[in-house]
Amino acid sequence: MSRLPPIDDPRSTEILEPGHTFASVTDKISAIVLAKRTPRFWWVGFLFAFSVTLWLFAAIGYLLLKGIGIWGVDVPIGWGFAIVNFVWWIGIGHAGTLISAILLLLHQEWRTSINRFAEAMTLFAVAQAGLFPLLHLGRPWLAYWLIPYPNTMALWPQFRSPLVWDVFAVSTYATVSLLFWYVGLIPDLATLRDRAKRKFFQILYGMGALGWRGSAAHWHRYEVAYLLLAGLATPLVVSVHTVVSFDFTIGIIPGWHATIFPPYFVAGAIFDGFAMVLTLAIPLRAVYGLEGFITLRHLQNMAKIMLATGLIVAYGYMIEAFMGWYSGNVFEKYTVWNRITGPYRHYYWALIACNILTPQLLWFKRIRSTPWILWCIAMVVNAGMWLERFVIVVTSLHRDFLPSSWGMYAGTFWDWSTFIGTIGFFIALIFLFIRFLPMISIFEMRTLVPEADVHGEPQPDPGRIEGEV
Amino acid sequence: MSTNPRLLPTLSANAGPVLDLEALRRRLETERGHGYWRSLEELARTPEFEAMLRRDENAVAAEGFDRRDLIKFMGVSLALAGLTACTRQPTEKIVPYVRQPEEVVPGGRPLFFATAMTVSGYATGLLVESHSGRPTKIEGNALHPASLGAADLFSQASIYTLYDPDRSQTLEHLDEIRPWAAFLAAARRTADEERKNGGAGVRILTETVSSPTLALQLRSLLGALPGARWIQWEPAGADNVRDGARTAFGEDADVVTDLGGADVILSLGADFLACGPAHLAMTRQFARRRRPENGEMNRLYVVETASTVTGANADHRLPVPAREVERVTRAIASAVGVAGAAGSGSAASGSNAFVAAVAADLKAHAGRSAVLVGPEQPAALHALGHAMNHALGNFGKTVRAIEPVADRPSNQLEALKELCADMAGGRVSTIVILGGNPVFSAPADLEFGAALAKVPNRVHLSLYKDETSAACQWHIPETHYLESWSDARAFDGTASIVQPLISPLYDGRSAHEVVAALAGLPQSSGYDIVRAYWRGRMGRDFEASWRRALHDGVVANTASPEKRVSIVQVRQAAASSAAAAAPSADALELVFRTDPKVYDGRFANNGWLQELPDPITRTTWDNAVLFSLATAQRLGLQKEDVVTLTVGRRSLDAAAWVEPGLPDGTAVLRLGYGRRRGGRVASGVGFDAYGLRTSDALWAAEGLTVRKTGKSHPIACTQMHQNMEGRDIVRAESLEDFEKAKTKEAEGGHGGKEAPIGSLYAPHPSDTYAWAMAIDLSACVGCNACVVACQSENNIPIVGKDQVRRGREMHWLRIDHYYGGLPQNPRHFFQPVPCMHCEDAPCELVCPVGATVHSAEGLNDMVYNRCVGTRYCSNNCPYKVRRFNFYHFSTDFRPPSMRMLANPDVTVRWRGVMEKCTYCVQRINETKIDSELAGRRVRDGEITPACAQTCPAEAIVFGDLQDKESRVAKLRESGRGYSLLADLGTRPRTTYLGAIRNPNPALGEPVTTSFPPTMLDVETGQK
Repeated sequence: MSRLPPIDDPRSTEILEPGHTFASVTDKISAIVLAKRTPRFWWVGFLFAFSVTLWLFAAIGYLLLKGIGIWGVDVPIGWGFAIVNFVWWIGIGHAGTLISAILLLLHQEWRTSINRFAEAMTLFAVAQAGLFPLLHLGRPWLAYWLIPYPNTMALWPQFRSPLVWDVFAVSTYATVSLLFWYVGLIPDLATLRDRAKRKFFQILYGMGALGWRGSAAHWHRYEVAYLLLAGLATPLVVSVHTVVSFDFTIGIIPGWHATIFPPYFVAGAIFDGFAMVLTLAIPLRAVYGLEGFITLRHLQNMAKIMLATGLIVAYGYMIEAFMGWYSGNVFEKYTVWNRITGPYRHYYWALIACNILTPQLLWFKRIRSTPWILWCIAMVVNAGMWLERFVIVVTSLHRDFLPSSWGMYAGTFWDWSTFIGTIGFFIALIFLFIRFLPMISIFEMRTLVPEADVHGEPQPDPGRIEGEV
Repeated sequence: MSTNPRLLPTLSANAGPVLDLEALRRRLETERGHGYWRSLEELARTPEFEAMLRRDENAVAAEGFDRRDLIKFMGVSLALAGLTACTRQPTEKIVPYVRQPEEVVPGGRPLFFATAMTVSGYATGLLVESHSGRPTKIEGNALHPASLGAADLFSQASIYTLYDPDRSQTLEHLDEIRPWAAFLAAARRTADEERKNGGAGVRILTETVSSPTLALQLRSLLGALPGARWIQWEPAGADNVRDGARTAFGEDADVVTDLGGADVILSLGADFLACGPAHLAMTRQFARRRRPENGEMNRLYVVETASTVTGANADHRLPVPAREVERVTRAIASAVGVAGAAGSGSAASGSNAFVAAVAADLKAHAGRSAVLVGPEQPAALHALGHAMNHALGNFGKTVRAIEPVADRPSNQLEALKELCADMAGGRVSTIVILGGNPVFSAPADLEFGAALAKVPNRVHLSLYKDETSAACQWHIPETHYLESWSDARAFDGTASIVQPLISPLYDGRSAHEVVAALAGLPQSSGYDIVRAYWRGRMGRDFEASWRRALHDGVVANTASPEKRVSIVQVRQAAASSAAAAAPSADALELVFRTDPKVYDGRFANNGWLQELPDPITRTTWDNAVLFSLATAQRLGLQKEDVVTLTVGRRSLDAAAWVEPGLPDGTAVLRLGYGRRRGGRVASGVGFDAYGLRTSDALWAAEGLTVRKTGKSHPIACTQMHQNMEGRDIVRAESLEDFEKAKTKEAEGGHGGKEAPIGSLYAPHPSDTYAWAMAIDLSACVGCNACVVACQSENNIPIVGKDQVRRGREMHWLRIDHYYGGLPQNPRHFFQPVPCMHCEDAPCELVCPVGATVHSAEGLNDMVYNRCVGTRYCSNNCPYKVRRFNFYHFSTDFRPPSMRMLANPDVTVRWRGVMEKCTYCVQRINETKIDSELAGRRVRDGEITPACAQTCPAEAIVFGDLQDKESRVAKLRESGRGYSLLADLGTRPRTTYLGAIRNPNPALGEPVTTSFPPTMLDVETGQK
């Protein structure tokens, strides 16, 4: 951390450290991938994450062998860790899409240095999220019955169920995110192909680059495709978590059946997503010496977004509690009261502390500009958002209408194994990504170099238009 | 090596000693070890044989094989070994029924046979469903006076015991399997021996016997052995009842109560709604008078110590410590005019108002009231009860005396004491224990086990290898009552033939066969013995009467004749029991009661019963020691704390549980748990109350000390919250308020009817049927019979204690229990909750694969094959009636032999699949097919789901709403009808009728469902 510039350093407001040239940008980023020697810390980190991943696979194997009973779910609480984790991971993905699509359309240049790995994060988070709805089924091998496909049983899914909407929402999201990420990678894959020394990598990257030669026609088509995909992805930022929130709002359970859920879920997702981007970006820039590309300006901007979305989330909590009282409905009222004072009150107050109180520190510029504090706040928010989903899923179910059926829930060893396992899997994928693909978009970074700023006719290139947040 | 032919002649020449059977038998008597032998010579094991063996060994060693021969032999053996595979398997032809058994349609309709089951000697008539010779379900026999078509938990769950793999399967002598012939030989020898001194050393110990055949058999056996004794012992016996009758009437008599004509009922600890030989009939009589529409409601007063189902249904309940019951009784008796009833001292403070109100009410309803006394109460109280009924003029009206039903009524405890003394004194040489488990259940101070060990010959006949079997040399597996012939008598004396539904699954014998064998008639089968008894007792045409008796399940005209009795000795009875000295305020007493599920421990290995929630505490799989709230607070106890209970010099560690409504200073412990042997289900579950139970304090022990151990023992409770939290769940009000509201409504005021919830959608067109269910909470007594009926009918698995604790019990139908009023003496409300079959079902909306769908007839159907197990439907079910197979419960917790138990009409569910109440759709469809074949609509009452069928209170009514004349349609429209959580707009097809209670206005105990938050709500960390 000592290498970081002091807070009042003028460079901290830049989105690219002064002094970079086209060549230096390309060299710096591609060197991480093309370095012959894999750094020791990479091996340590990757192997640790990979062994956690293996434990995830063991947990999944045992689950398939024995049944869902190895988890803590029971009869009032039919959904537990699996759905909590699903919503959490899906939420994390949202920041990536927001950064790549919406900020692109809004011409926020500063997104350039973080969009690539934020998108990768999205993909990997969605992959983790996707595991849970499958695994939480009583008979996971029949999960394909949720997909409408022609079959001899002449049966379709039941389209009124939000779980079917989830299938569409999440699969669309995963597909678009993958395409978006891949299309953005093509010019950089070509760069790697050209710079790779070893035949194997030349072929590998060459195949990935799909014959990219950098001609004007290529660039033109690329720009059009990228813009279209950004347009496609934009509504997804809002729609996916809205649909996920329908899983709850369509239900009649007090604590679920609330109209505030869609906006509040989307805001929560972005809140958490940016927390996760910060969680990844801060160590990465330190370890790989990328402070010049991911500058304090980036961190500050992300902190501001977190603060804003965090306030929306706080408003959501307030409205939930208010409506519980205002509705006059005995069940709603009790659910709120039970969250605040019931057996899960510690979870509730912890989530308030994590998601409402802690982010208030971001009002202070000093804190926004201190990476390690930012990182800690981001971690707190990550945990808080997991708690939020836990509170929504579990406390609503554990005491609903008939007190005779009230029950308690706690994750078992296997619940925790699966949850921690997906974190390991996610980190392992991130490690692979930073080793084999450029974690910062090379060609887009090059557009930030002063030489690229050609004064003349305004270009439609969205990446080049300057703007402030 | 002993087959060397050259050596055999030597032995054959000595044929004499080989065939010395007397010597052989002598040796076998003392023999232990393997019982097989290769030759007569070896069997005899004469010195010659031993010598031969040694010679033989030497010879082989001397002759030896040379190496070449050895290899030759090995080669040949190897070659021949392969040839065994060339053996032609005999052709086994599978033949269909050549002569089809009468009325059996293979793979089709079940047959029903009448039989009867006894508990503590008294029979309940049953109909047993049999599929292709395999009994699968037990239902009540409407022709039987103790059943009237209903069946209780014990009889319904007994089918589980039939297939229980833990049942004893082989006859054993000192833990080694022996043939029946071996037992017969031993028995004959012993009998010869014992006959020499007139059988003075012979004791036969049975449970209460009401079987006329067995009684006759035993009497004739005793005739042959005049010195022998026959002792009957029930741990939860009716000694007090018998002694009380003898005191009151001067002679033996049973008293039968008909509650149909009783306007006011006083129960002094009598749990007549859930326990006892006539409880099903009495529940029916009681419940018929609990519906305000049926005319005048009865009023029930209960004075009790431990909470019972009867107490839970009381209009007024007075919880008093066991030592106070007598005082309260005396006060009431004295007030209703029983001369000489008043004992020393007044009734306990606080009960004066109760006593005055009860007495006034009883007197106002003289001749239309009934006083019942629980079997746990001392004999003097029974005498007082009879005297009260007499003083009130109830005899001949609601109460009548009959000739005693049980054979040879006598004081069982005295007999058992005498037996123990005889055994300990070495005066018993042979004891035959027919059923029962006295080593486990005899009072601890009698040291039955130790005394038994002094008896040289010990024989035990029982269903399980239990604690008593382990203490006896001979263990004979007993046949289940569904496997053997017998007979039994009901509470009113009506005899039934117990007919088997299946051949014995194992090598079992019935008590009849064992007694016959002891009497030297080993060839007699149970069938012959029972028939021989009834031949000549059934009228002229025996075969026709026999068939009629089997078909009906009752033997006509066998009810005990009414007996004219008069009260002779109440004054003495009153004087005979000294009033207990008033103990200090914080003295504790320990009260023993039978368990509502495992009774006295005999049903402890029954998984259905173990997993059934206790009607009041809703706990399963354990018998925690129960304390009132105040007592628990005083002792600093929380639920699940392990405490050491000490009475005298005996102590026991048991988990504590808190139950509102118990008298302060009383700890209640249920009998029958803490079994050390007797099956995998029974062993290690709960705490052995018998260890603290002594012969001078069979039902209540003073001087209890309770010490916390600091440990805790998890208890699996299915309902952690018994507080309605002010929600509109069970609607209850007093008769007075109900009548007022009705009058107001009739005058055009605002009635209690709920406004229909509007819908944007047109109603579902239904031109077929519209199935619906109405559950009368006024009639429901909360006895749990429907839960077992549902489990049996619908192949519902048990899941074990750990899974129950995790909230994964599978009961499709549960009975919710709530408290109302004050925690010191709350009102109890029961609410059976099956699937509501909502017309707008929240579960159907959210299933992504359409695995739960609505049928045209309004059923909320579950398509197991389509279910992928998202559990969304269960989350979205406001009634939480859905059950999920978290594991492969249907096989994980059901050994292969239990598969015979399954109802073939109902799918056995797989892991990962949701399930729930179907309204017994298999029964609906069966009846519908019949009606379609007959070209008519299904008639009202033709379809009865299992729960409704077995309900002794007739609280559950099922039918078709399209038929406006159906009972269910009328009940829904009645003034008490309401839907649970109607505001949600689910429009349930299952509706409830509000509970009406009939409190005495003089006592001013309002009917309220509100209950203050108590320490009950403290989480115990369960689930």
